[in-house]
Amino acid sequence: MTLQTVLLVAAALFSVGLYGALSQQVVVMVMMGLELMLNGLIVAAAGFWWFLAPDPSGQVLLLVIIAAMTVEMAMGFAVATHLHRVRRVDMTDMAADLNG
Amino acid sequence: MPDSAVSAGSALAAAGILGLLAVLAAVLDGFLTARAAGGGPSGLSRPVGEVARLMRQRRRTTVAADTLLWRIGSAGLLVMALMIVTVVPLGEWTLFDLDVGVIWFNAMDVLAWAFVWLTGWGANSTHSLVGGYRFLAHGLAYELPLMFGLVAPAVAASSLNVGTVADAQQDLWFVVWMPVAFLAYGTGILAIAVWGPFTPALGTDIAGGVTAELSGVDRLVFQGGRYALLAAGAAFAVPMFLGGGAGPLLPGWAWALVKTGALLAVFVWLRRRLPAVRPDLFMEVGWVVLLPAVLVQDLLVAVVAVWRT
Amino acid sequence: MITHISFWVFAVVAVLSGAAVFWVNSMARASYALALSFIAVGLQVLLLHQNYIGVVTILMMVMEMAVMAVYMVMFMGMNPALMPMNMVHDKRHALAAAVGAFLLLAAGAVLIPWPARRGTPPAGVTVALGEELMGPKMLVMAVVGAVIAATIVAGVVLAAHRTRYDRLGDDLRRRPANDPQPGGVGR
Repeated sequence: MTLQTVLLVAAALFSVGLYGALSQQVVVMVMMGLELMLNGLIVAAAGFWWFLAPDPSGQVLLLVIIAAMTVEMAMGFAVATHLHRVRRVDMTDMAADLNG
Repeated sequence: MPDSAVSAGSALAAAGILGLLAVLAAVLDGFLTARAAGGGPSGLSRPVGEVARLMRQRRRTTVAADTLLWRIGSAGLLVMALMIVTVVPLGEWTLFDLDVGVIWFNAMDVLAWAFVWLTGWGANSTHSLVGGYRFLAHGLAYELPLMFGLVAPAVAASSLNVGTVADAQQDLWFVVWMPVAFLAYGTGILAIAVWGPFTPALGTDIAGGVTAELSGVDRLVFQGGRYALLAAGAAFAVPMFLGGGAGPLLPGWAWALVKTGALLAVFVWLRRRLPAVRPDLFMEVGWVVLLPAVLVQDLLVAVVAVWRT
Repeated sequence: MITHISFWVFAVVAVLSGAAVFWVNSMARASYALALSFIAVGLQVLLLHQNYIGVVTILMMVMEMAVMAVYMVMFMGMNPALMPMNMVHDKRHALAAAVGAFLLLAAGAVLIPWPARRGTPPAGVTVALGEELMGPKMLVMAVVGAVIAATIVAGVVLAAHRTRYDRLGDDLRRRPANDPQPGGVGR
């Protein structure tokens, strides 16, 4: 367990998430991709904190990432619900126009 | 991970104590059930008979069941209970003396959302899926009061370590001056064990709900997990609210066990004393009554904690 | 030694279950694969000595994925049983972008000469975090609190299809409110 290995794991998680966020059509699946990218960020930030600068303030960054995930999820679900109610769609492709 | 050496022997001992408590809870429940029915045998041997019956029962299969998730869900409650007791101190021993033990408990109790819903989902049966959703609806209402209820003792002890919280109650048990938090906690424990008022997820109106298609060993593990969760919840309440091992004459571990057993008996007894709460109605109760009450409790505790320092 | 082994086990579990999210054929399996990935990451964070953050990650993400599964079933209008699903667009470019991103990040992780460790970890990591949040980094906490409060309001506004006029009538005088689903308090 070194900084390099931790960062490699983080990179793998981030890339898998990027693939999902780019390729998935359903809104909820896109959100899962975004979550996975943030998951990678958590590992990377935790690794940087422990291996480079383990002072108290670094951990605050991790809390901010977790808070960002919460906000992303909550707004994502709200938008998905609204989209479904107004347009009866759950795909990003079908929500691309401004109609409606 | 903290460098607390976990010996396999003490882990087995903890699991054994938890199992014993769960069996005692089941025996007591069998007795109370038989008494409520009136006449007939005492009911004390009912759990033994039930275990024997379920061990021999053939597994029921359903069409297109998601077997992997179904098995994970039904076995999960027992695993949750075991993980909870790892942070509970018994006298001077703690299996896994984590500095954030209270948060650990919270992380374990939300697993109930996953496991109960998965048990309902896996069978690919309408009734059990309805039961799973009922549990999630209850979960939305009980979870935040439960978490904020645990904030109060942690604030008063200014620690998230379970042992430190227990030690902070030398003068006065927390249950005495934070009763609302204790009630919210107790409600949460009944809910994660799908017990008493929170049984609509297993309701007879939906043919047993989550357990509708469970049979044989799966059913045994699921029901055993419910009793184990009640026991683990009672065990965790002892250091958080009931003064840990404090008490006259007996050593700390004995007092911890006595208190756990007493609270567990109350939990089991409450099953027949409280009405079932409908998920839709309880949602508003949880958010409009329970959560603000617990938050006020937290505020009071925080003010006292600041004033005392 | 045991730390290293468990780190690698968690790493493999995290990445494989993360990949499984976009690979399995069931919405429930996808959601809970992501939950498993988060649990593995939370345990890794525990290995990196940040107990509070690690446990909170597990706590929040399991809860989120339980809700996520419900949304998946709700919005992906199809038979909730195991059913093949392949709802992707532009798979090749996405795959290329992902592989490219991984190579770039991995090259950075391996090739950059990382500086030596600066400072020592505090004795009580969780206590230090709490004091930091309630002291010098109070602004972060205050902003996060405000943002989350705004999110709650915005989320409810977006998702709710009824307003107070639907509930209480045009002059807001109807009591009790006209709700499709009555609450337990009887407002």
